[in-house]
Amino acid sequence: MSKDIRIKRGLTLRLKGEAEKQIVEAPRSKTYAIKPPDFHSVVPKMVLKEGAKVLAGDEIFFSKYTEEVRFTSPVSGTLKEIKRAEKRRIVEVIIEADATDSYKDFGKLNAATAPAEAVKEKILASGCGAFIMQRPYDIVADPKDTPKAIFISAVTTAPLAADLGFVLKDKVKSFQEGIYALQKLTPGKIHLSVDDSSYPVLKDIEGVELHKVSGPHPAGNVGVQIHEIDPVNMGERVWVVGADHVPVIGNLFLTGYFQPKKLVAVAGSEAKDKKYYEVIIGANSADLIGNQIPDDVRIISGDVLTGDQISNNHYLGFYHNTLTLIPEGNNYRMFGWLPFTYNNIHSNSKTSLSWLFPKRKYEPTTNLHGEERALVVTGEMEEVFPMDIYPMQLLKACMAGDLEKMENLGIYEVVPEDFALIDYVNTSKIEAQEIIRLGLDLMITEVG
Amino acid sequence: MEWIRQRLDKFKEPFGKGKKLEKYAPAINALDTFLFTPNHTTKTGAHIRDGVDLKRTMITVVLALIPALIFGMWNGGYQYLHQLPEYADGVPFMDAFLEGAIKIVPMIVVSYAIGLGIEFAFAIFRGHEVNEGYLVTGLLIPMVMPIDIPLWMVGVSVVFSVIIGKEAFGGTGMNILNPALTARAFAFFAYPTYMSGNTVWVHNAASVDAISGETILGKLASGTEVPYSTMDMFSGLIPGSISETSTICILAGALLLILTKVGSWRIIVSGFAGAAVMALIFNSLPSLGVEGNDLTNFPWYNHLVIGGLAFGVVFMATDPVSAAQTMKGKWIYGFLIGFFAIMIRIFNPAYPEGIMLAILLMNVFAPVIDHYVIQSNVKKRKKRLATVKEVKTA
Repeated sequence: MSKDIRIKRGLTLRLKGEAEKQIVEAPRSKTYAIKPPDFHSVVPKMVLKEGAKVLAGDEIFFSKYTEEVRFTSPVSGTLKEIKRAEKRRIVEVIIEADATDSYKDFGKLNAATAPAEAVKEKILASGCGAFIMQRPYDIVADPKDTPKAIFISAVTTAPLAADLGFVLKDKVKSFQEGIYALQKLTPGKIHLSVDDSSYPVLKDIEGVELHKVSGPHPAGNVGVQIHEIDPVNMGERVWVVGADHVPVIGNLFLTGYFQPKKLVAVAGSEAKDKKYYEVIIGANSADLIGNQIPDDVRIISGDVLTGDQISNNHYLGFYHNTLTLIPEGNNYRMFGWLPFTYNNIHSNSKTSLSWLFPKRKYEPTTNLHGEERALVVTGEMEEVFPMDIYPMQLLKACMAGDLEKMENLGIYEVVPEDFALIDYVNTSKIEAQEIIRLGLDLMITEVG
Repeated sequence: MEWIRQRLDKFKEPFGKGKKLEKYAPAINALDTFLFTPNHTTKTGAHIRDGVDLKRTMITVVLALIPALIFGMWNGGYQYLHQLPEYADGVPFMDAFLEGAIKIVPMIVVSYAIGLGIEFAFAIFRGHEVNEGYLVTGLLIPMVMPIDIPLWMVGVSVVFSVIIGKEAFGGTGMNILNPALTARAFAFFAYPTYMSGNTVWVHNAASVDAISGETILGKLASGTEVPYSTMDMFSGLIPGSISETSTICILAGALLLILTKVGSWRIIVSGFAGAAVMALIFNSLPSLGVEGNDLTNFPWYNHLVIGGLAFGVVFMATDPVSAAQTMKGKWIYGFLIGFFAIMIRIFNPAYPEGIMLAILLMNVFAPVIDHYVIQSNVKKRKKRLATVKEVKTA
């Protein structure tokens, strides 16, 4: 059954440097890394010491407060280094990879017929639990909860992001197996949303409620879809899984191995070989783009709106499927504030003439185009925020730390990525994603 | 450009972090960012940002004010000169313009100098950057004053509006009342003889007996005949505060504000609609058997183009900080401004400028309007939660 969801408000940024739909096998990295900061609010407890030998799927660390959630090695090799930052916070666990992978055998299992407990146990033991995220709060799901539903978005709207229809086209079988496994985790439904590109690939998947989603970014954000389909109320939990991680879960049941392979799109105006690369999670960026990226180019693991900046020779984020390279913008512009000048810089407001060229593709830099100011302009956030929530009022409630107001205004339904476009469009250059993240963290500590 | 940049960087050195003039940095940064959009890059959040910033937004409003300002300067001179016998055959454009400009430019200078001075001082004192809001406020204040108001009164009004109207509430973005109207209201109540009456609206009308300086609203209130056509009122060839008279120039500004989405079209449209509705109600009194007076019987379309209504609705009601912030709230807010402006104008001819009081009144009530709009969203969410709970317990 398919239900159509049409998102009206939003903004699709048209940027130069889309990845060509061609798959390249990336060379095997010498080192791989799992970065604990990728898993928000997880406090890692190391299981292994530096120098230990690991198989792909061997546990490296677990979450201190939800011990069942284990994080495993994506490759086989030697645990080379545990990198720490201030206060001994672990930032990277680096594994020196063997020439070929040997896998820890978790045993095959028919997910469709197996008992729920066995399915859950296998997902957690293999480290696939890390793929399952919880809403509200956007944190790794606690296996002790029972979610009211699981949501998977195979809709791509983020600028230059990997096209999920293309990414999944050869992985339908393991995707289906993954769905069978996820079915055992919830008494509710599994909602799968697709766009024009992923619909032909996933239209025959069983055990899901299919939703066709169209509209501008952030229509592809799973949070926006949840809001349309079955919003999160206070006290409820739903889980979400990235569409490109479902095949990894399925593969676990088909082969018994944890093989976290995925396609990563290399994109952005400064990228040379803009293609899709087949990599193992935690791969080194150098294998995709080399390690000679100059300082005036920013390497972003993820898309330009929500990704993390990484440096040369660094590792891809656990959840990211895009590597974007755009020019740094640390240059001055004389009288840059004059309206109707510098029309080559996109603006959603109409104070630039860029709106006269709706087809033009832009080459944005990382320049802030102004300085942070008090919140003055109203109405601009609502234009790119499709949920039935007042974004500016919610941001203000988060800034004030007013828990009751945050609850009333819908904090449980949003995560930082939903505010990425607000980061982009707002005149006052307010860091909306950061404010929402801090607000969610406050909710976690105060409400739980 | 490169050369200027280098000189500027050199000049800025002693204001850097940890240097001895550090606390004055906001002042120097304000000048620097006026010349150059800074080289700041994104640190957290989205890596790319929109080309718009607050400076650009504010300058757009200033641009939108220019037609009304130029017309105001010309009209300021014209209203005086065309009553003089020497100009019986017509007033040359430049004569009128210069006559007005010589009065108005000093007012603008005073307004900017004092207002920006206070803003800079507060920025240094509080250690934040100078906000651009005053670029608009500083121009609006002289534009809504009568032409002959002494400069020191402009200055005092500016001081009152910036310190009490804005900074006392926490600065740009926090004020409840529109600062420019706060200045005008201050002058209106502090120096009523300079701000109302029959003689202040035309240059020199107070000192030269032969010059008449009454506004249309004043004439209507006193029952004298109005010698202007609707076209005069629309184009602005009438006495009044400096820039309020020309509806056509104001609409040109409104067009820019709406096209650039800087001003809320919802407020502008609903503001005029509210005024039209109220005026129509009064116009229809005779058909209901109530006689009414000159003010109530003044045609509704004329009500829309005289007085400060158009200027207030377009440039002051749309101030996003003091207006309602929700979409629905903006409709209600704008409508009530127009509605009350005409009501005050007609019921209380002593305060012919209904629009000023109507906007200030609605400024105060804007948060209340927003509260109820947002509350309906909150209620929806709570209702949803309640139904979920019911299903679970059932």
